[in-house]
Amino acid sequence: MGAMTIRATGANLQGRGSLRKLLRSRSARIGGVIVLAFVAMALLAPLLPLADPLKSNFLAIRKPPSELYWFGTDELGRDQVSRLVFGAQASLLAGIISVAIALAVGVPIGLIAGWYGGWVDVVISRVTEALLACPFLILAIALAAVLGPSLTNAMIAIGLSFAPILIRLVRGQVLAIKNEEFVDGARAIGGGKLYILFRHVAPNTLSPIIVQSTLFMAQAIVLEAALSFLGLGQQPPSPSWGQMLNVAKNFMEQAPWMSVAPGVAIFLAVLGFNLLGDGLRDALDPKES
Amino acid sequence: MLALIGRRLLIAIPTLFLVSLFVFALQRALPGDPFLVIAGEERDPEVIARLRQIYRLDDPIVVQFFAWLGQVIQGDFGRSLRTGEPVLGLIIQKLGVTFQLAVASMLVAVGIGIPAGIIAARRKDTLADYSASAVALFGLSVPHFWLGIMLILLVSVELRWLPASGFESIFSDPRAAIERMIMPAFVLGGGLAASLMRHTRSAMLEVLQSDYVRTARAKGLAEDAVINRHALRNALVPIITLSTILFGELLAGAVLTEQVFTIPGFGKLIVDAVFNRDYGVVQGVVLCTAIGFIVMNLLADVLYILVNPRLRDG
Amino acid sequence: MKRIVLLASAALLGLAALPAQAQSPSTLRIGLQEDPDMLDPHKARTFVGRIVFMGLCDRLVDIDPELKIIPRLATQWSFSADGLTLTMKLRTDAKFHDGEIFNAEAAKANIERAMTLPDSLRKSELASVESVSAPDPATLVFKLKRPDATLLAQLTDRAGMMLSPKSLGPDITAKPICSGPYQFVERVQNDRIVLEKFKGHWEADKYQFDRIVYRAIPDTTVRLANLRAGELDMLERLAPTDVKSAQGDKNLKVQSTANLGYQGITINTNHGDAANQPMGKDKRVRQALSLSIDRKVLSQVVFEGLYAPMNQPFNPGNQYLSAALPVPERDVAKAKALLKEAGQSKVSVELFVTNNPVDAQLGQVIQAMAQEAGIDIQIRSSEFASQLRDQQQGKFQMSRIGWSGRIDPDGNIHPFVTTKGNQNDGKYSNAEVDKLLDEARTIYDVAERKKRYDAAQKILQDELPIVYLYNQTVFFALRSNIQGFVINPDGMIRLSGLKRS
Repeated sequence: MGAMTIRATGANLQGRGSLRKLLRSRSARIGGVIVLAFVAMALLAPLLPLADPLKSNFLAIRKPPSELYWFGTDELGRDQVSRLVFGAQASLLAGIISVAIALAVGVPIGLIAGWYGGWVDVVISRVTEALLACPFLILAIALAAVLGPSLTNAMIAIGLSFAPILIRLVRGQVLAIKNEEFVDGARAIGGGKLYILFRHVAPNTLSPIIVQSTLFMAQAIVLEAALSFLGLGQQPPSPSWGQMLNVAKNFMEQAPWMSVAPGVAIFLAVLGFNLLGDGLRDALDPKES
Repeated sequence: MLALIGRRLLIAIPTLFLVSLFVFALQRALPGDPFLVIAGEERDPEVIARLRQIYRLDDPIVVQFFAWLGQVIQGDFGRSLRTGEPVLGLIIQKLGVTFQLAVASMLVAVGIGIPAGIIAARRKDTLADYSASAVALFGLSVPHFWLGIMLILLVSVELRWLPASGFESIFSDPRAAIERMIMPAFVLGGGLAASLMRHTRSAMLEVLQSDYVRTARAKGLAEDAVINRHALRNALVPIITLSTILFGELLAGAVLTEQVFTIPGFGKLIVDAVFNRDYGVVQGVVLCTAIGFIVMNLLADVLYILVNPRLRDG
Repeated sequence: MKRIVLLASAALLGLAALPAQAQSPSTLRIGLQEDPDMLDPHKARTFVGRIVFMGLCDRLVDIDPELKIIPRLATQWSFSADGLTLTMKLRTDAKFHDGEIFNAEAAKANIERAMTLPDSLRKSELASVESVSAPDPATLVFKLKRPDATLLAQLTDRAGMMLSPKSLGPDITAKPICSGPYQFVERVQNDRIVLEKFKGHWEADKYQFDRIVYRAIPDTTVRLANLRAGELDMLERLAPTDVKSAQGDKNLKVQSTANLGYQGITINTNHGDAANQPMGKDKRVRQALSLSIDRKVLSQVVFEGLYAPMNQPFNPGNQYLSAALPVPERDVAKAKALLKEAGQSKVSVELFVTNNPVDAQLGQVIQAMAQEAGIDIQIRSSEFASQLRDQQQGKFQMSRIGWSGRIDPDGNIHPFVTTKGNQNDGKYSNAEVDKLLDEARTIYDVAERKKRYDAAQKILQDELPIVYLYNQTVFFALRSNIQGFVINPDGMIRLSGLKRS
């Protein structure tokens, strides 16, 4: 519990030290660069000099990579480069929104379960366990099917399937911190229960949540691709990497380039978030290096 | 020990009840009418009405749930809406298939992951360590269903070395079984190998820096002996726990792999069942997976106590 | 560490040493696109299920490649003068797989089961039957409520399949006992169905293979890869995009024929609020849509030009096709003029598609073509189960849907456009069409029948409750050493005469 004193004196100091550590970590640097490039690609897509990703050209169907079409064209003669770049938007969105949903649902419930204990905790823990016992992907597939196939619903499904993991994580953190000195101190000064929870306990659960969220981003991108691959995510004509793969697998033999590019894109994005997550873990969580 | 198992089993009952309640509610919320699909292209309204009656889909949902639960407790999981086969028989049949896939993948995962982790830890900060870590990162980041497609494309379609899909039981035709199992096991086991490697590496590093390993070295023991007799044994404790948990995840993670390689296992059964609105099958499969998950967790705890000398002796 | 390397190499050596279990030369392995459903002909609904029944169950009558009705379990048949009685002479040498003799009593029990079983899917096919009787073991008599020109065609399929009367229990679907040339061995759901030769079959000498294995492999590329690798002997529904490469492979051959069904867009003209928009209310807008689509280019883009453009519910070459209604050329100017006439400069409409890649691609091509005529299509894709539900409840404006087809023309048109039709999801209603199509199904004379269909089609082509797009050519791919496959427009695989050279 060497980190305790630092935690107690405030999040700022910890933040600065961690940042320095983070910048020193090679994996975090590489991951950060990939993630930044990915985010830039998604945000700047409309500004880049690219072909319309929705514009079909029936005269240029399934053309192999060439000078004109770097990554070839798809089954409707659309430029794969611009579909890939615009597809980054779907992946980024899936990552951010689903993690945000998971955080919005998981963190408060986890805090409540850990802090109040008693029957509240028992009920929440049982439900969480039940959810964790359902196969994760099945849960997401069933939810996506219930809500109807669309990118938004896929994000909700992914976010909700992440939530129980976060609940368990946050609850565990709260239980670990609950009886530490600085919390007792705050109690002694006469802080209200809710006040202590949000002013003192919640901030100290941040580091593992940040690490977990970064890793969730990576998983969310893969899951969005997987759901789209099964036809339950992004719907045509809008591009997403998983949806591109879903179409491409029908043309594996005739047009292998259609399945190579989106797969590599998914791999790189996920790699970026995984590297960043590793770096963050090393920087924020000295126990788990 | 027995008390622990007993307590865990008691806790499992409400969890399982919640799982089944949850699945029941979820699938009844699925849009689309299973009988429109089952009634065939003709969609005779009279037939649909009769079918709804036979499967009690017009009863209140609470009645349906407890009717189903009552049957399950008696060991009757109902019949598949799509093929009319008993659900329990289907589950047993598919469990064997997925089990074979899971074992093969686990062999890949353990066979690659643990040795690679040990090597990486022993030669920390050398080229071997870096490349092992890089490969592990690749394994963790590559989308598995895509890797599967690429393998089919390369190994089956281009090179024609291995069959592209299908399943054969290892007991009926070992050669065909292994040929068909190589690619899926590699795809599914590869990701697990990656996380096993990383955990093995960090567990080994921790043990290698511990006092008793330093003492053993100081006593002048050969490095191999230190590793084999002392370090490895202690590092294995968390790894065994992890492996059992991974095995549980593996059963669930087979979903996409089975889809890509057309393996008639658990994962394919449930995905098809969800798409066909085959309620009985979805319920049965999820319930069984949840039971499996709980059992594996319990097993992990028991193993942990058995292997961990400190806990056993203390 | 060395130990592990040793172990690994030992395992590899072990694999190499394993004997390759040679596939018995007399096993025929057939790749199917889906896993069949219930193996009970009275409850079954899928196309692939019918393919399996071809081996498993004999029917009263069959069709030849020209769709002519030919003898099977019934050797001859005749209708009474008033068209209300159908008398069939039955074979006396047919047996069921459990050794029971097939006779008129058994046939009667089967037909009655198909008509009365609560969850029978054959009821509408046998709706015209009042009663069946078996005056002697070789004679089966159908009493009809009304003349029914479609009945014989129905009896070539599942409604005419015979199960052993002793086996008719709840477990029939797990182990069906029929009278076909092959009998049931085992089924592994989502994987395979295995049949073996039934030695007691009356025509056993025409069937060369001892075993038939049907394997369900939904992915078209993977199915073809399996055929190439010699894991399969033949497959059904080769994807049009794979045809060229399969033809180029000297180990394979490709056979094709037009499919009996149709593919098109069903438009909601009259079902609830969703019909209240220009596409549903104004036939000129529908005509504009039809004219805006270049059926040839559509086939080229999505199906390599291998599917025939179509504008009628019958297959190319069918005797009931109306010669007066050729496939229209694309005419964007005329489409725009029609929209203008209808007082619409821009029409916005939603098109339902199933969420599979081919249907999505099809939807997007239609979208792009209609766009140029001023029809703005939004694509809404969902799973098949949801699409069907919404369609049946009238929650759709347009839906991209196909029909697998029936041997008798009635099955391709009557249920879809008559006021009370089971599948008339857009609730199109026209008294004249109802009258013509109701009459057509009671007339046994082909020329007289065709007059009714021609007249009905003339109205339908003007009002367009369904815009027909193309005919789905059926492609089979076989290993070159498989001989004797007779392709039939119903897309079935008849096992008689098939052999490996």
